[in-house]
Amino acid sequence: MAPDGTPALKVVGTRPIRPDGVDKVTGRAQFGADFQLPGQLVGKVLRSPHAHARIRSIDISKAEAVPGVKAVMTAADMPEITSEEAFVGEGPADFKDMSGNTMARDKALYDGHAVAAVAATSAAAADAALAAIVVDYEVLPHVIEVEDAMVEGAPILHDDMFTSGVDPKPTKPSNVAKRMVFQLGDVDAAFEKADIVIERKYKTAPVHQGYIEPHACVAQYAADGQVQIYCSSQGQFMVRAYVAKLLGIDISEIRVTPLEIGGGFGGKTLVYLEPLAVVLSRKSGRPVKMAMTREEVFRGSGPTSGGTVWVKIGAKRDGTIIAGDAVLKFQAGAYAGSPVGPGCMTAFAVYDLQDVRITGYDVVTNRPKVAAYRAPGAPISNFGIESAVDELARELGMDPVELRLKNAAKKGTKAAYGPTFGDIGCVETLEAVKNHPNYQASLGPNQGRGVASGFWFNIGGESSATVNINEDGTAVVATGNPDIGGSRASMAMMAAEVLGIEVERVRPIVADTSSVGYCFLTGGSRVTFATGMAVVEASKSVVNELKARAAKIWDIPVEAVEWQDGEAVPAGSNAGDFEPLSLEDIAAKSGRTGGPIASTSSLNAQGAGPGFGTHVVDVEVDRETGHVKVLRYLATQDAGRAIHPSYVEGQIQGGAVQGIGWALNEEYIYDDKGRLENPGFLDYRIPVASDLPMIDTVVVEVPNPRHPYGARGVGEVPIVPPMAAMANAIQDAIGIRLTELPMSPPKVRKAVDEQAAAEE
Amino acid sequence: MYAPSFAAPTTVAEAVQLLANASGVARVLAGGTDLLVQLRSGVLKPDLIVDTKRIPELRTITTEGGGYRIGASVSGAEAGEHAGLSKDWPGVVEAVELIGSTQIQGRASFVGNLCNASPAADSVPALIAVGATAVIAGPNGEREVPVEEVPTAPGRTSLAKGEMVVAIKLPPKPARTGDAYLRFIPRTEMDIAVVGAGVCVTLDESGKCTAARVSLGAVAPTVLVVDDAAAALVGSKLDDAALAALDAAARAACKPISDKRGTIEYRTKVAGVLARRAAATAFKRAGA
Repeated sequence: MAPDGTPALKVVGTRPIRPDGVDKVTGRAQFGADFQLPGQLVGKVLRSPHAHARIRSIDISKAEAVPGVKAVMTAADMPEITSEEAFVGEGPADFKDMSGNTMARDKALYDGHAVAAVAATSAAAADAALAAIVVDYEVLPHVIEVEDAMVEGAPILHDDMFTSGVDPKPTKPSNVAKRMVFQLGDVDAAFEKADIVIERKYKTAPVHQGYIEPHACVAQYAADGQVQIYCSSQGQFMVRAYVAKLLGIDISEIRVTPLEIGGGFGGKTLVYLEPLAVVLSRKSGRPVKMAMTREEVFRGSGPTSGGTVWVKIGAKRDGTIIAGDAVLKFQAGAYAGSPVGPGCMTAFAVYDLQDVRITGYDVVTNRPKVAAYRAPGAPISNFGIESAVDELARELGMDPVELRLKNAAKKGTKAAYGPTFGDIGCVETLEAVKNHPNYQASLGPNQGRGVASGFWFNIGGESSATVNINEDGTAVVATGNPDIGGSRASMAMMAAEVLGIEVERVRPIVADTSSVGYCFLTGGSRVTFATGMAVVEASKSVVNELKARAAKIWDIPVEAVEWQDGEAVPAGSNAGDFEPLSLEDIAAKSGRTGGPIASTSSLNAQGAGPGFGTHVVDVEVDRETGHVKVLRYLATQDAGRAIHPSYVEGQIQGGAVQGIGWALNEEYIYDDKGRLENPGFLDYRIPVASDLPMIDTVVVEVPNPRHPYGARGVGEVPIVPPMAAMANAIQDAIGIRLTELPMSPPKVRKAVDEQAAAEE
Repeated sequence: MYAPSFAAPTTVAEAVQLLANASGVARVLAGGTDLLVQLRSGVLKPDLIVDTKRIPELRTITTEGGGYRIGASVSGAEAGEHAGLSKDWPGVVEAVELIGSTQIQGRASFVGNLCNASPAADSVPALIAVGATAVIAGPNGEREVPVEEVPTAPGRTSLAKGEMVVAIKLPPKPARTGDAYLRFIPRTEMDIAVVGAGVCVTLDESGKCTAARVSLGAVAPTVLVVDDAAAALVGSKLDDAALAALDAAARAACKPISDKRGTIEYRTKVAGVLARRAAATAFKRAGA
């Protein structure tokens, strides 16, 4: 038994080798671009070179005449979709917009917007066909920055967009899709009582998820209308649903087989190529393979929003924060649907505040439509809030961890977005920082330390799992969630824990859409929690069946059988009457006791425990070049219960590293015509290994009462605090508050020069 | 559809003849680390590609009168493993080793870096600082020019039709001489210089500078030789006044553009910073 009285766990909490590891390190794993079908064509996309242009006409006749070209398509080959809210996905979406984003219909809304596609027998023929397509564009004025898009007279992207959430209802179209307000108490009155008020505006740049694997798929449209899609995505059921909707095909006609995914981070929670490949296959009668280049990934797929964050916080002299107000303006890219909602909801969630207000604006601009990116929206608002809280700590002369401890959200805190928190680990992550040697390490000249905390809801949702017991007593666990962060290992571990067998005897698979029950996509840090719950439920009913079979063999009541360490044991008055029957024994006899043993569980998991984390970073700033070196980095996080601690640590480290890139160098650079100038990893600078120290982690465990083993989602929290932690560390190092991301060398040097000039 | 011709001659004479007789655009492929990227992205569509890696004399580093002759197809990794070269001209070797990743190092060459004619080429300021020359073979025989005379503008060289650079020659190292190259990139690896600075100094027995060369990359259409910056060092022991004069001269020489990798203002300031830092290393090496 564990100290808290729960049974000791044998598998959960250990660190077995991942079941997909050998395939991945030997190169045998099939990722999106590895898959082939006999006779497949090469599909390619023609993209708009203009940031904003009306498409007067598209002439594909010359392209169709190019030798080797088997199909050419435009938006005319896709059904016109009426506006309808998407029912799956990780952010708000509308199917009409999704269709338009997949293939521009009347207007190209960003540099890189798809306008036509071809399928040919070779890449060279496809390239020749793209070059032969004649698009007559009427170039329109464009707008890139969020606040420029909000001013009177800005170029309007959508004539039918009227700001929702304002009263009275506007009569003129606007780039502001939506305004929203979340509030608790009376903020204005609370500010009256504050001894100290910090007010400042911050700005973040849109950043790409930077997954290493570009989008890729193969689609085959058969003569009977059956569609097969093989692709890398964050959800085969998501691909199926979206393709069905965008092309008007019954879901039963579509089977999507998931391939390995080389990173998604939210960016693969929607479709780009799949509907085009299906249309091209339908037109050509051949399978069509499509794969983006890195340039296409940057120009044509969604980053997360950039935005402005105005923050005002009020506190008492003793450090009690009593009021918080924020205004968030997020650019959504070409279609409505930035993550400003979650940006608002998470903004002050790490603090226990009675009087708080957050106002958000969702704004369209001539950039690629944003896609989900780890904790969508939260890192943007957090950068503003946690920078301002650091300024407050400086103003008060208080240690930033102590200030946060004094105000931290805890059990019973009512969050601005509605719920009252249950068991959460915000305080525990702060204590873990305080007690870590990194927090005591001494600092030299131009070195500084920054702290920030972050929050993410985590989600549950619909999941299915099937557990099959093989005739030799091993097991197969089939689920429908692509394995991004080690979920195969977690699923196998939870099944092994329930079944009482070694994890190596459980083979986890990620099944296609026709082979397992529905699973909502891999996102929102939900899979270990929700799909894990389905695995546990299915495994438990398998155990019940195993007990029933043993009862049958022994001819005793099933209530008199217990399952212990992978064996059926007679209990109660029958205790000791029979030799225990192992899983192997029962499986071997299953043909004579009622047939194969299997179980499926489908559920809608509720009660995903919210996640909290605190990061502390030490940096050294080169005042002459503006270069910021990360010296030490510590991330603490509440994982509820770490099913596989290595993969929890890996998630935390990965999130922190992406956040460091977001903080220091990542940005989209546009020329004056709205064309992206840095669509590649050379000039879109994600960190390389040599830029980073070891990311130290401390996993704290405040169990989530709603999960059988206490698990919380862990994938998203770690990207929330890094940007503010970095800005706070730079302030500590050189005494300068940077309010705009990225804090790239030219900006740091400029700030140093301005400070020197101001001091003269 | 685009289909270039490809030739892999085994002698310099054969290569020169192919280049001289080529119709349309001809390109030499040494390591190919720039050329292949340009081909893939479609910015360049040469009619003829001449691979020089099968020419044995272009694959070797030889000593000549106390200096070195580095064949056109010698890779950065091979240069880095050459003990004598690394000992005599560490700045030059460090510069070529900065180009690309470990994999790229197995292919990237000094001559390719020079003939790609990018102002941001890492090895070029280092070569210029030590007074390296380029040996050029052509239809009319061989000629030798200072390295700085090869690039004339971004992507353009002074090579005539049929000519190719077959080797880089480094002079014998004078006594009490040290070289250094530094570049600034926002990351620590896998990037292109925002500014590069090569410095070479010779000291007398008292540690006073008697000769210097300073070269700056990525701050003008071609890599610069900055005589005023060198003059700021000569006669000094790298005191604060000399450093300030060096910084000012380096900045004054800059004629950069603002682009996605840096602004005019930033590049100019950092050129001064790197010139000072490279000079400090060069002095240290010269005195050691």
